Amino acid sequence: MCTYLTVHAPVIASAKGPGGAWFETSDAVVYFDHPVHAPAEHTLNIDLPNPRSTTGERVAIEMTAASARELMKAIADVLDTVPIELTVN
Amino acid sequence: MSEAITASFVMFSGANDDQVQGYLVMPDGSAPRGSVLVLHHMPGFDRGSKEIARRFATMGYNVLCPNLYWREAPDAAPDDAAAVARANGGVPDERLIGDAEGAVAYLRALQTSNGKVGVIGYCSGGRQSVLVACTVEVDAVVDCYGAFVTGIPSDRFPLKVTNLVDQLPALKAPLLGLFGADDQYPSPEHVAELEEILVREGKVHTIVNYEGTGHGFFTTDRSAYRFDSANDGWARITEFYGTYLKG
Repeated sequence: MCTYLTVHAPVIASAKGPGGAWFETSDAVVYFDHPVHAPAEHTLNIDLPNPRSTTGERVAIEMTAASARELMKAIADVLDTVPIELTVN
Repeated sequence: MSEAITASFVMFSGANDDQVQGYLVMPDGSAPRGSVLVLHHMPGFDRGSKEIARRFATMGYNVLCPNLYWREAPDAAPDDAAAVARANGGVPDERLIGDAEGAVAYLRALQTSNGKVGVIGYCSGGRQSVLVACTVEVDAVVDCYGAFVTGIPSDRFPLKVTNLVDQLPALKAPLLGLFGADDQYPSPEHVAELEEILVREGKVHTIVNYEGTGHGFFTTDRSAYRFDSANDGWARITEFYGTYLKG
């Protein structure tokens, strides 16, 4: 099914997009739906759009739900290990 | 049947008189024929949707598949445009109806049109096809596993769509519904609710539930593809449109 479910997360980030160029992005779009490419019926999808693009330029990731949980754990493990003073911008 | 077809991108007037891109496919020749409006699924105006449009043309119909995400990112790849549309909250029902009205008018204005127009949609487009048939003058509607035509979305599911239960009494055309019995959205209960309403309202309809079949069984490039259900579905669509869209 198409879940219609979409969650936005404000981010201070850059992404390397099509053509190998970096761009600043401020809105991570997270949803669970049919993938375009990943070998699964439904995936956790993350888009980091280029807000200056008129052609929908973005960095896109599609992964299974289990993969997404592994990624969440890896991110948490890394952030938990970093000295707190380094995470304050 | 006509194996010789012509496909092109066209612009038509949609909601708010916006110019909207569509994929127009027509059988060669000048004989009058019916038309089919194809509503793409949420992943967008993609290759699979255009393949479906071409198949209907080989069946003898003029076909228009509107790019429902044209406004969001007119020059983007279909998947990127779908991502932009999703990030912006999706396609509002009012806009979809306006685009469908424009697309139906465009099809009826074609020189080879016999005046009959059917609508078909898959997944989110299935719900939209029913919505169109409740609000726009069409002659036949096919709903392929559209979720949230009936049923109440879970509280844990922050959907931006509503079901169409209140609108179904206004359904203007015979309905063919093709569903997978293993699907959860729409579930067999949702499909049963749809059929119950159609019976109660005296609407001409055929509902088919395919056993051992889940969601998206027409999608040839995904693991959900079920050739037996899809083949039977195409046969039923052929007969259904043959009945209601002939001149």
